[in-house]
Amino acid sequence: MKNLILFTTVLFITFSSFSQEEKKVKLPSVNLKSLDGTVVNSEDIATEGKVVIINFWATWCKPCIKELIAIGEVYEDWQEEVDFVQYAISIDDANSSSRVAPFVNSKGWECKILLDENSEFKRAMNVVNVPHTFVLDKEGNIVWQHAGYATGDEESLLEVIKKVNNGEDPSAH
Amino acid sequence: MKKLAFLTIVALFSLNSFSQSEGQLHGSFQLDAQYYANDSLIGAVVPKELTGINSYANFNYTKGAFKAGIRYETYLPPLNGFDSRYRGQGIPYMYASYVADGLEVTVGNFYEQFGTGLILRSYEEKNLGYDNAFNGISVRYAVTSGIMVKALMGSQRSFWDNKGNVKGVDGEFSLNQLVPCLKESKTSIILGSSFVSKYQVDNSSLYYLPENVGASAYRLQINRGKVAVSGEYAIKINDPSSDNGFIYKNGEALVFNASFSQKGLGVLLTAKRIDNMSFRADRSALISDLNINYVPDITRVHTYSLASMYPYATQLKGEAGLRGEINYTFKKESLLGGKYGTFLSINYTRMANISKEAVNDTIKIGEPGTLGYTASSGNYFSELFSDDLFYQDLNFELTKKISKKFKGVFTYINHQYNNDIIHGANSVETQGIIKSNIIIADITYKHKPRTAYRLELQHLATEDDYGNWAAAVLEISIPQWFFTLINLYNYGNVNEDQKLHYPKFAVGYNRGANTFTIAYGRQKAGVVCVGGVCRAVPASSGLSLSIVSSF
Repeated sequence: MKNLILFTTVLFITFSSFSQEEKKVKLPSVNLKSLDGTVVNSEDIATEGKVVIINFWATWCKPCIKELIAIGEVYEDWQEEVDFVQYAISIDDANSSSRVAPFVNSKGWECKILLDENSEFKRAMNVVNVPHTFVLDKEGNIVWQHAGYATGDEESLLEVIKKVNNGEDPSAH
Repeated sequence: MKKLAFLTIVALFSLNSFSQSEGQLHGSFQLDAQYYANDSLIGAVVPKELTGINSYANFNYTKGAFKAGIRYETYLPPLNGFDSRYRGQGIPYMYASYVADGLEVTVGNFYEQFGTGLILRSYEEKNLGYDNAFNGISVRYAVTSGIMVKALMGSQRSFWDNKGNVKGVDGEFSLNQLVPCLKESKTSIILGSSFVSKYQVDNSSLYYLPENVGASAYRLQINRGKVAVSGEYAIKINDPSSDNGFIYKNGEALVFNASFSQKGLGVLLTAKRIDNMSFRADRSALISDLNINYVPDITRVHTYSLASMYPYATQLKGEAGLRGEINYTFKKESLLGGKYGTFLSINYTRMANISKEAVNDTIKIGEPGTLGYTASSGNYFSELFSDDLFYQDLNFELTKKISKKFKGVFTYINHQYNNDIIHGANSVETQGIIKSNIIIADITYKHKPRTAYRLELQHLATEDDYGNWAAAVLEISIPQWFFTLINLYNYGNVNEDQKLHYPKFAVGYNRGANTFTIAYGRQKAGVVCVGGVCRAVPASSGLSLSIVSSF
């Protein structure tokens, strides 16, 4: 029984590698919450018509906050180069989700905040640990992702969103 | 059940080629392995196999409105500190789901949370080995814009088994979307309510036990401009269990948040009171097995190694708690802001026991087979500031960009930790409250745009437990690589031969969505906690490898 399932899975991976030619990777549909508690579907993120940066983070995650601060510091400079939208998806659960709004406001970040309280979107996006960053093109396709954050990683993120904004492949050098 | 889910998946996969939209397969992989070396000085535990390996592989398939997935897990054997009942490998998680006109149906394994989780939350936390996924059916329906109804039934995961019988329903209403005159209102109001019931046969010869135990919860969230208020209240009928010592008292829980925030300032106040709220699919389950609900932990999660030495664990039997937090940014060019601005966060948390009174003169508090005790939420403030302290944490954190190249985070923490309650007095030598003061400086020097050095200096001062500790971390990050050197030194230990160093060296490589880490060194015995749920980690020494990947 279990072997069968594995076999099917393997088959599928094989098949899917053939069907990836177009590489149109869409966002999965998951309900998130805005800071005032309203339900927002994750697919709405893809309809901005601009380059989108998605940062998975949490208030207890030091490198996540360093990444958001680093982007926050250059946000306006970047806006002059690329017309982009930034979503910070907090995976804080009921322990700390009430901390998110006062924390973000006191930092004065420009990004849009959504709450993923039971990590449903995180799981659907196959994120293992935070921070984890995705970039969507103007059509809402996922075109780039990166796990972790080290000081200076925002420099390569800027290169990526510039390329994506020009319709280029961000992984090409 | 498994066959059903499997059939559905296969049926859908074969339909794949007929329908229009293109299917997508994505997933993730995580492997944590360790080779254990002998190290009698720190009391390292070496398993017979000499190694421990935990690994998880997720595959998620989506095609239009259809989703399916599986997770394959391996513990050969589990890493030290994880429950030995995990030993083995298999597919404990698989699901298929679809969405049509606002209706989402999931069969197989799934996670769910009602409100803040006070009466129902299933989730996974791999670092703890925590996974109480449901195995059953879940239905969510957006009746109209502003009304969301969820219902579920199923058993729950307990290692490689599924146990219990749980049913639940939840409704959430956004008044602004439902009531015409509120549509334009600046005040947003959301109401929610849920009901959960579990069934377990009464096979006790000692007691007459309730076979169906119900719990209900009511919540509210109000936002108006800079002000936000939210709260949830839950009540559970009598549910004698191993965890509460077979008492028949009802359970009660209340969590309340109020916040004010504007650009540069955020203030948060949280109050919480829990009374007899252990709610499990099996009345004999203990520790972190088969929880149906989840009681939020309001203490601050510290991630620096010495700051996380004494972490809080939620006390389901009863606790009263208060959290206050102020976050403030001193503007650029102001006296304290300097050239780049300064961020200050002050956080205070206090957790204490609830006050219990005997039901009458003949029954002692907590006597099995009786009501157990009486307690009133009216005593909240006197309970909170009583001597029956569980935990207190006052901390200041200052984040400051010093110059273009230097950034620093400076932390001071004053901790009080009740070792008898949180750690269990029987298992440790230290009794009573451990008081400690911790200072941390975390300085980053950005040498080149993508090369940075980070130095962490930490000190923990205490006259209790193992005495003083000092720690230093040096981290170098260059594009795609990082190198970390860590040393913890227990220089204040009263036993000369226990004044030990705990050095560790780690190298990491990261490209895209793949991360590899190799580390060699000593790990002190301690506790890992995520959200008030804790796992004891025994001391170990050796080589570890970690791989994390997404595709």
